[in-house]
Amino acid sequence: MGEKSRLCRVWVGSETGILKGVSPAKKQAFNFSETRSLSRDQEVRVLCWGDPAETEVLVGSVNGTVRTFSTEKGVFTETRQCGDADQGVFTGLAVADCGLVTCVETGRLRVWREESSSPVVDIDAGKSVCRMRQNASQKNRVATGGKENGLKIWDLERPDTPVFSAKNLRDDWLDLRQPEWLRDAAFLPDSDKIVTCTGHHQVRVYDPSTPQRRPVLEVRYGEYPLTCLSLAAGAQSVVVGNTHGSLAVLDLRKGLVRGCLKGLAGGVRGLQCHPTLPLVASCGLDRFLRIHSLETRALEHKVYLKSRLNCLLLASGALGEEVGGEVEEVKEEEDEVWQSMEQVEEKSKRKAPEEDDEEVTQVTNRKKKGHK
Amino acid sequence: MDITEVPQKQFKGKKKNNKMQRKKSTPNQENGNVSDVEVVETKPVTTQEPMLPPTFSLSEIKNKQRRHQMFMKLKQEKRKQKMQVKKTRKKERDALGDKAPPKEVPKTIENQRVYDETTVDPDDEEVAFDEGTDEFSSYFNRLTNPKVLITTSDRPRGRTVRFCEQLATVIPDAHVYYRRGLALKRVIPQCVARGFTYLMVINEDRKVPNGLVLCHLPDGPTAHFKVSSVRLRKEMKRRGKEPTEHTPEVILNNFSTRLGHGIGRMFAALFPHDPQFVGRQVATFHNQRDFVFFRFHRYIFKNEKRVGIQELGPRFTLKLRSLQKGTFDSKFGEYEWVLKRHEVDACRRKFVL
Repeated sequence: MGEKSRLCRVWVGSETGILKGVSPAKKQAFNFSETRSLSRDQEVRVLCWGDPAETEVLVGSVNGTVRTFSTEKGVFTETRQCGDADQGVFTGLAVADCGLVTCVETGRLRVWREESSSPVVDIDAGKSVCRMRQNASQKNRVATGGKENGLKIWDLERPDTPVFSAKNLRDDWLDLRQPEWLRDAAFLPDSDKIVTCTGHHQVRVYDPSTPQRRPVLEVRYGEYPLTCLSLAAGAQSVVVGNTHGSLAVLDLRKGLVRGCLKGLAGGVRGLQCHPTLPLVASCGLDRFLRIHSLETRALEHKVYLKSRLNCLLLASGALGEEVGGEVEEVKEEEDEVWQSMEQVEEKSKRKAPEEDDEEVTQVTNRKKKGHK
Repeated sequence: MDITEVPQKQFKGKKKNNKMQRKKSTPNQENGNVSDVEVVETKPVTTQEPMLPPTFSLSEIKNKQRRHQMFMKLKQEKRKQKMQVKKTRKKERDALGDKAPPKEVPKTIENQRVYDETTVDPDDEEVAFDEGTDEFSSYFNRLTNPKVLITTSDRPRGRTVRFCEQLATVIPDAHVYYRRGLALKRVIPQCVARGFTYLMVINEDRKVPNGLVLCHLPDGPTAHFKVSSVRLRKEMKRRGKEPTEHTPEVILNNFSTRLGHGIGRMFAALFPHDPQFVGRQVATFHNQRDFVFFRFHRYIFKNEKRVGIQELGPRFTLKLRSLQKGTFDSKFGEYEWVLKRHEVDACRRKFVL
């Protein structure tokens, strides 16, 4: 089991309760649950990394348990109960400094310490929460939102009031209230901004650092509810997916569609961009895991995984060990080449602009003289 | 003169014709040889002969009548050759008798089908578990009996109304209701409250039924089909007498992929469990190239080997447009599969059901 699990670079949680590991480079997929002990209440709803080294995967099931899966050993090592099944299914799971953060559909945002079985922090984030997301740089900040429940950013150390709560858009020209339905959110790195997508096919950017509580940018895409979004590497564009299985790359600077990713047959449930490489993985109701390249927008890998898929988790680093090794070697070779070339180039480079500058200054001097 | 001109033209030949020329190359060469012989009679062999182009197409003859004549000749020759080959083959087969090699199977786009990785393996535990616990499991575990509500789009006209009535005679425990302009989202909770397991909505366009929404209750899925070539009982030739009230047997053909399995289960769950064999009636859903053909027959065993069938009607063809998770909600529902005609690659040998 350990060998298999070490190969896997993509982890997928399915509706049948199976945790699946996929190695796109070797074109193999493994099930990491016993098929005999399956039941529908083990349905995986959320996945997240348990530690920064990415050796543990936390698996949140419908029945309120969070299981720890070790990617080194390839087995489930720990199971803990985080809330009951009747409080709704998990909508978010994260690891912060203060403990394990969970959020359920009924809006209970809780923090669990390892020792105690009762939550340390218990926040009511409002009704029908669709998604909870964590800020990658400030681990104790999370965003929640849902149907008729606007975006709220919480500081887990000060649980009384939200740090930021968004205001709904103004009423429309018929004086009707704008419906709210946040489906997914992501924090933009290196800024306070947060990007959300809604069930009414809008993508919005909020900026908590300004006094404006309404979105600073709104983009509409398609005509079907957007289900999930993920920030591309570089954070200049965002990938969104909808219930009809269309994926689009949207530019966050002007709010234009950069391009669409084709090939999906059913609604998107899970979407994640690779943190460094230009890759995006998507899974959904059509039971396929697909990996697209963001540069060419071509389909790179397509794996049939037999069950409807709910969520996915991409490992950082290259997709395959072998491929990764080759790339590194090439890089090293290139480095050597560059190192040998550097001295010559630096001289020429430095010389050239200086000369130019001198010429320019001379010219200007002349001109000035002429004017005088 | 003809001959001397031909090679020049050949070089001028347009690129468009290239494919055609290649295809026709073999028979043309023969023709060319024939004409060569004629030339030889008139002229002594010249050095120009090797210059003759390897591919010569009839379409390059400028004289229309001559072109036509040559073309007819070519066609006749081809036909002759074909018939000869056929004859010789048949003779060989007859001579070999029983030892003759088996006949070649003709290539069709179904038997050349591109392998679909979602094809269901009957031993697969995971798929078995998935199917064992899905929305239809209560029917297949014999916990529920099907009860179907058939309705139409608003203000149905003659053909659609009759189609509904005839469908209701095919499906046992089906109730036809007038739509009364009600929204489907309001109809569904009422259906669930009254214990219906299926809602079937037939859409009509210009008096012709053209769509079918099949919604499994209480919690989905919903399939949307295109309906075509509907033939009502009255329009059928050599049809049998009116069907009886017995529950029919159901035949599901060729639903092999994971999506196809789901659709097949959906059709199966329309009919009650134990067919009454006394009625000798069969409802068939036959999938071929993603089109699902529906037929309704009565059969009789004439003797030990022969079976007679009699079509009872109606007959129609379905094509899957989309499969949606949950009950009918075209705006906010999540789709499990959607037909995207402009996105799928143009391979005609790929099928989804």
